[in-house]
Amino acid sequence: MLSVVVFLPVVVALALAALPATSRPRRYTVPWVATGLVQLALVAVMWRQLPAGGYGFVEQVAWIPSAGISYHLGVDGLSLPLVAMTVVVFTAAAVWSLREDRRPKSYVLLFLALQTVSVGVFVALDLILFFLFFDLSIVFMYFVIAGWGHGARARSAALTFFLYTFLGSLALLLGFILIYLAATPHTFDIPALAAQNPLAAGGPVAGAALLAIGVGLAVKTPLVPFHTWLPPAHTEAPAAGSAVLAGVLLKMGTYGFVRIAMPLLPASWRQFAGVVVVLGVVSVIYGAMVALAQTDLKRMIAYTSVNHMGYVLLGVGAAGLVAGSDAQARQLATTGAVTQMVSHGLITGALFLLAGALHDRGRTYDMSAYGGLAARTPRFAGLFAVAAFASLGLPGFSGFIAEFQIFTGALGAAPVATAIAVVGILVTAGLFLLALSRMLLGELRFPDAPGTPRPFPDLRARELGAVVPLLLLATLIGVVPRFLLDLIEPAARVVNELVSR
Amino acid sequence: MVMMTEDPTTLVPELALLGGAVLAVLVGAWTPRRRQGRVRVLALLAVGVGVVATVVAATRPPSTTFDTYVLDTTTHAVRAIVLVAVALILWWSRDAVAAHPRESEFTALVLLGGLGAVLMAGACDLLLLFAAFLLASVPLYALTGWAKSGATTEAALKYYLSGAFAGVTMLAGTTLLYGAGGTTGYEALPGGLATGAAGPAAVGLVAVLAGLAFKAGAVPAHFWVPDVTDGTPPAVAAVLTTIPKVGALAAMWRLLLAVPDQIVPWPLLVAVLAALSMTLGNLAAFAQTSVLRLLAYSTVSQVGYVLMIIAVGARAPQALPALLFYLAAYTLTNVAAFAVVAAHPARTIEEFRGLGRRRPLLASALVVSLLGLVGTPPTAVFVGKLTAFAAAFDGGMAWLAVLAAINTVASLFYYLRWIAPLFRDEPSGSADGIRESRTARHGAVTAALLSLVLGIAAGLVLPVFVAS
Repeated sequence: MLSVVVFLPVVVALALAALPATSRPRRYTVPWVATGLVQLALVAVMWRQLPAGGYGFVEQVAWIPSAGISYHLGVDGLSLPLVAMTVVVFTAAAVWSLREDRRPKSYVLLFLALQTVSVGVFVALDLILFFLFFDLSIVFMYFVIAGWGHGARARSAALTFFLYTFLGSLALLLGFILIYLAATPHTFDIPALAAQNPLAAGGPVAGAALLAIGVGLAVKTPLVPFHTWLPPAHTEAPAAGSAVLAGVLLKMGTYGFVRIAMPLLPASWRQFAGVVVVLGVVSVIYGAMVALAQTDLKRMIAYTSVNHMGYVLLGVGAAGLVAGSDAQARQLATTGAVTQMVSHGLITGALFLLAGALHDRGRTYDMSAYGGLAARTPRFAGLFAVAAFASLGLPGFSGFIAEFQIFTGALGAAPVATAIAVVGILVTAGLFLLALSRMLLGELRFPDAPGTPRPFPDLRARELGAVVPLLLLATLIGVVPRFLLDLIEPAARVVNELVSR
Repeated sequence: MVMMTEDPTTLVPELALLGGAVLAVLVGAWTPRRRQGRVRVLALLAVGVGVVATVVAATRPPSTTFDTYVLDTTTHAVRAIVLVAVALILWWSRDAVAAHPRESEFTALVLLGGLGAVLMAGACDLLLLFAAFLLASVPLYALTGWAKSGATTEAALKYYLSGAFAGVTMLAGTTLLYGAGGTTGYEALPGGLATGAAGPAAVGLVAVLAGLAFKAGAVPAHFWVPDVTDGTPPAVAAVLTTIPKVGALAAMWRLLLAVPDQIVPWPLLVAVLAALSMTLGNLAAFAQTSVLRLLAYSTVSQVGYVLMIIAVGARAPQALPALLFYLAAYTLTNVAAFAVVAAHPARTIEEFRGLGRRRPLLASALVVSLLGLVGTPPTAVFVGKLTAFAAAFDGGMAWLAVLAAINTVASLFYYLRWIAPLFRDEPSGSADGIRESRTARHGAVTAALLSLVLGIAAGLVLPVFVAS
């Protein structure tokens, strides 16, 4: 069943590949939306049937037994919410792209392939399988940015993105090999390695493995100072690409911390948890401050991603500070971190799609070019305000649930760091309010192409269909979070037990 | 204990290559130019016989034949790799060589070059190794000049001169090793070297390695690679950068394992060569605008990764499967990349603009093979690199593995420089009247697919390469 969920998009892509390239865009985009909906239905079934403990829907087939590699899939409370979020974001991107008219065939095929590898990363239970999906996500994303980017700099932004994240993925691979060699018998199987705990004693090898894996994941997350690829990649990518990049691909980094770094290298994680917390707080503050200084809407949202991923790191770092906190606080921090991943995927996906809507109408992301849009485009203004408030962590939205848990969980273990991180929320609140007042209020103004006074229409049905469900889900999690937390909490407890052993 | 035989039937794959070459010359001489296609069919049949014989032979226990030739996993694997590469190249080069005045010579020379490469891999005697070296060199000198244009003549001369120099060095090294060890056979060599003088042994080993490094295109004997690759037709370049490499690297492996590293500290030497090859090959590839020169330097850097495996050969038990798998993966991927170049008249990166639109399948084959050379999963070279890195870590050369990882990232840069224009819009009006090769296009797609299949089926292939 899991294999079906993972590979359904690729199968659909292969079928669509048979269609002639000159077909109408709908021929491709409608099946893409349908694929997402089928996947969603399957994920909903899995959500209901997930066993209380351990992994569900496990599939394991020997792949390269002599190298300890197997095709091993499974979901638990950590991965299933992320799988669900991934499918939702992709489906929103599909609805958004319904009328994509620039080479629609390759566009849809690429996104379908990306959809498969993105779901694959979250359900892989073998390090090499994880790496395979992780790496292919970079390859496909490169083509999305290079092929459908806005500006003349799209290709160089795509290249920067590729080189940077590929370098990170190789560091990741080196770390995986170190863990593999430490285990007897040698294996890349994540549950087997977690049970065996080959590097329980810590030491230089475990430290090196954590450093390599940490760097690899930090590039993807991205953490300061490895974030420099993110703003250009986001600015140049098409709207759906940005939404997927921020909503899904960034989570691969943070998910790697919870799925791989914490359970497989517990001793080193405890040893260096302080460093993780500091990195997280630096990302929170730095991301917020730089976002505050942006005039380009997309760059601003991109930097808030750095800020939001910083909270996740604060949470998982605090979970490693075993000495200073009790089990309940650490579980709260881990649960908050996973919730934040889901929440950020939904909210940032919506924000980037809205930014794309703005670009479609005004051909620029420069915030100073817009003003008073609330009067002209009330639907856009309303949704953008909702997304902005959700993103800054207003109670009633998913971001609040996540950040509240992280802060509560981390406060006992790292009071100073947590206190500093809370300042980040204030800055993000400030910058979003500033953006709202600049763009939505005041005198009406929007860019006008010379000689062609064009209307500035409000959001269309297709755009609403993509953005509204994302924000509805974010609100749902914010108001009745139990359905999500009930899934995450047992898995978070397991991770914390693995870390503290 | 290894069995000794003097049974000629154990050499069917080699004899098939030889017979195919002889038949190609004879039949070619008596066939009208328009019907020369039958020569290729004969050659492919001979290769087919060789493959079947290899598969049959691989089921037998390892043995030595005629005292100087080992039949073990390494030999069988190299036989299979070389035979498949020969078959692929003969097939996809059809459009390029058909109706050429020297069509049958092309076939014969490729077969003889393949025979030399296989013999190098199987030789367990320095004298046979040198004979095989010559057999892998002389036909390829002729093959380099096969197209008989200005550039190929220059390339042939360059290749011949550096080859002659390498050959003399290798022969001198053989003499020194014989003097130090009192024998040319690998089996008795460790005992002989233990009592002989260490200095001459070291110099001799280095000299023999120099000859093999020339065949493999490794630093410091790599200067011929870019000029020869750029000066010859892609089909010839594919042969020169693939087939002798496989034989030479396997020969290096066999020779070095026969020399105890207490007497000559060769692991460090090979590790340094590996580091230099991958780094210099990459650095030189950065600035290239000609795709053939880019591929040439990429082959130099790929040799570096293989040398990394050889450097830990004596210490890491999984080095042998890693080596053979890497060779197989590299061969398929490299043949695919050259086939793409052969399929399309473009020779500079800029001329590949818009290929993705015009020939999506060919462009995909190129993307698969270039990302394969980088080592992106799930292509075969990824598994090769993975096993190579693991072997290097296990063999205590973590620094080399880290350097290899850094080089892998660096290599991305120039491979991507080639990939990027594929999906850009082509300049208008350039698509008319382009002469493309259909067989090369099919060959490129087939080889790229095979490299993917090998990567996914690595679980089935790797155990086969474990020493029996």
